[in-house]
Amino acid sequence: MFKHSRARRLLTGASMVAVAAVALSGCAAGGSSSSANKVVNVLMVNNPQMVDLQKLTAANFTKQTGIKVNYTLLPENDLRAKASQEFSSQAGQYDVATLSNYEVPSYAKNGWLTSLSGTVAADKTFDQADILPAMAKSLTSNGQIYAEPFYGESSFLMYRKDVFAQAGVTMPSNPTWQQVADLAAKVDGVVPGMKGICLRGQPGWGQIFAPLTTVVNTFGGTWFNKDWSAGVNSPAFEEATNFYVNLVKAHGEAGAAQSGYTECLNNLQQGKVAMWYDSTAAEGTLEAQGSPVAGKIGYVAAPVVKTANSGWLYTWAFAVQKAGKNQTAAAKFIEWASSKEYENLVGKTLGWSRVPADKRTSTFNNPDYQKSAAAFYKQTQTAIESVDPANPGVQPRPAPGIQFVAIPEFADMATQVSQDVSSAIAGKETVAQALAKGQALAQKVGDKYKK
Amino acid sequence: MTSVVTRATSVSKARAVGSVRRPRRTKRGALLGLVAWIFGLIFVTPVLWMILTSFHSETSAATNPPSLFAPLTLDGYANFFGANTGASPWPALINSAQASIISTLLVLALSIPAAYALSIRPVRKWSDVMFFFLTTKMLPMVAGLLPIYLIAKATGLLDSIILLVILYTSMNLPIAVWMMRSFLSEIPVEILEAASIDGANLLTIFRRIIIPISGPGIAATSLICFIFSWNELLFASVLTSTQAITAPVFLTSFVTSQGLFLAKVCAAAVAVSFPVLVAGFAAQDKLVQGLSLGAVK
Repeated sequence: MFKHSRARRLLTGASMVAVAAVALSGCAAGGSSSSANKVVNVLMVNNPQMVDLQKLTAANFTKQTGIKVNYTLLPENDLRAKASQEFSSQAGQYDVATLSNYEVPSYAKNGWLTSLSGTVAADKTFDQADILPAMAKSLTSNGQIYAEPFYGESSFLMYRKDVFAQAGVTMPSNPTWQQVADLAAKVDGVVPGMKGICLRGQPGWGQIFAPLTTVVNTFGGTWFNKDWSAGVNSPAFEEATNFYVNLVKAHGEAGAAQSGYTECLNNLQQGKVAMWYDSTAAEGTLEAQGSPVAGKIGYVAAPVVKTANSGWLYTWAFAVQKAGKNQTAAAKFIEWASSKEYENLVGKTLGWSRVPADKRTSTFNNPDYQKSAAAFYKQTQTAIESVDPANPGVQPRPAPGIQFVAIPEFADMATQVSQDVSSAIAGKETVAQALAKGQALAQKVGDKYKK
Repeated sequence: MTSVVTRATSVSKARAVGSVRRPRRTKRGALLGLVAWIFGLIFVTPVLWMILTSFHSETSAATNPPSLFAPLTLDGYANFFGANTGASPWPALINSAQASIISTLLVLALSIPAAYALSIRPVRKWSDVMFFFLTTKMLPMVAGLLPIYLIAKATGLLDSIILLVILYTSMNLPIAVWMMRSFLSEIPVEILEAASIDGANLLTIFRRIIIPISGPGIAATSLICFIFSWNELLFASVLTSTQAITAPVFLTSFVTSQGLFLAKVCAAAVAVSFPVLVAGFAAQDKLVQGLSLGAVK
């Protein structure tokens, strides 16, 4: 009996500690619900343009509207995982998220997004007509606009003008891939330690397969034909992949199988490569103040073979979660973040080279932007305006997308295939072996859509 | 006389043996010392490199081969504290501190009585109970992630410190019970019996005998639970968003796929590791005592 009462006292003591601790943490965890409608929770990819947005929000948007914005910035892969978890479960923790034109159509189809057609897009000062048509179309589903671009990008070829002059070679304004391969051979080693070209070799659908799919498109290949039959081991797909792998093995960067966007950016900035085929978004970093290669880079159109152009189209855009608690405030936030007004704000406060551009026609016509981006804006504009996500190759496609196929299964499938192609770059298997495995994977996905 | 001589001979023999052995022991000791230093350096070098890189500029940090003598700057730390981003690390650090400290206190409050019932006054089938505790660590944590997410969503606990406290407490409790049991087993039962005879009740025995004697063990257990909670990333990254975001999740936000980030991430990693390092140094003596106490057992 005595023992029991002691035990009970102990238990009571322990329970009190627990209750006090939980109560304390409850106090700490609770948000203020009274001001909830004045708060927008935003999930964003951690790219430099988003960091600028985070920095400018409190002093501008919050000051003007009284709406507080809580940001969560994540690396790209983590963001995709988090956004997929958040939107598929409609958890409602975030009101707004940055999604790409790869996710928006399928998220919209699943009913996870709020249409912006009646709010942001209808606002006259926002000027929806100013958004580049290809970009607006890629964020539209069933005639409804589901996201507004924050910035856009295409792809082009960047090269060191000084190194080309030293080697006595000239870059055509619309090169073919064969010309690029020849030039890579000629400039390789002209400067000691400098390779001919940097191409992504890192596994991942958004890594190696972003540039490689555009190469496949222009060589006449495709992931899927109109009837959803897979074309991964087709002669054109194989020829393109062999070309890419051989070029990077012969004249590409050191450690190519592990090189992604960041590694290639470093390589070009540090004088380790003379050319780089990648995103137009790189221009801001390459031409930024303090960049060792500022003013030395030339920009030309994405190389082609059988198509007239081959640049990709990509955008990080703001979308509103249907389960988000603050729909009105979320729409107001997007109206500001994707607006001309915000571009002007960045231009005036941080410099025109840091403007989240390449989404509005008016930006390309802005004299301040033209002056700051003189080296690349025309090429970027041409690249973005010339793309056609519905028809990026030589044959009709079953789903839109240039460097991807806009179906939810593409990310997993292409990532698996990319691991084998990356192994081929590392010399561990042949391209034919890699693509044979890829064909089987792709056909499984295609069969689902055939039914 | 004979015995004295014999003794002297044996002493000289012993000395001779000693004089032969001593250098061998010294050589072995030196060799072991060298191996220990090499392993120590292998473990410490990445940390030192991280600290050095945190004081470099992004461009210097990205050079290959890495530069030892690049100019030093505090930009990485300024960035961590929000100078260039507008994002303060304090909410994340405070959330981590709350979740770690509260869960550690709860773990101690629950594990010490449990360990008492498994060592000093063992319950029936105590070894089965110990094994049960161990089995809870056998399930891969990621396997429980989705059910926990769904439960948290249904109960409205997503993005709250309470959820993290519950999770960290349950994650660390089995380890703490095992550790505390091994420390409490070291306490001679005779002392407890003597205290009982002197009229001390259970609470007094806990307060005046068990807790002071097992102090180093409690310190070691607390520190390990604190470190595990502070460093936890998987659950925090999935279950928190804006209100309860923790320091490790905040740390990952410096990684970007567009641009350089190595110096920023190193500075953030040093800053986030700082509280754990301070706690570790503060409890160093107790920690060594505590861990060796368990090791002897």
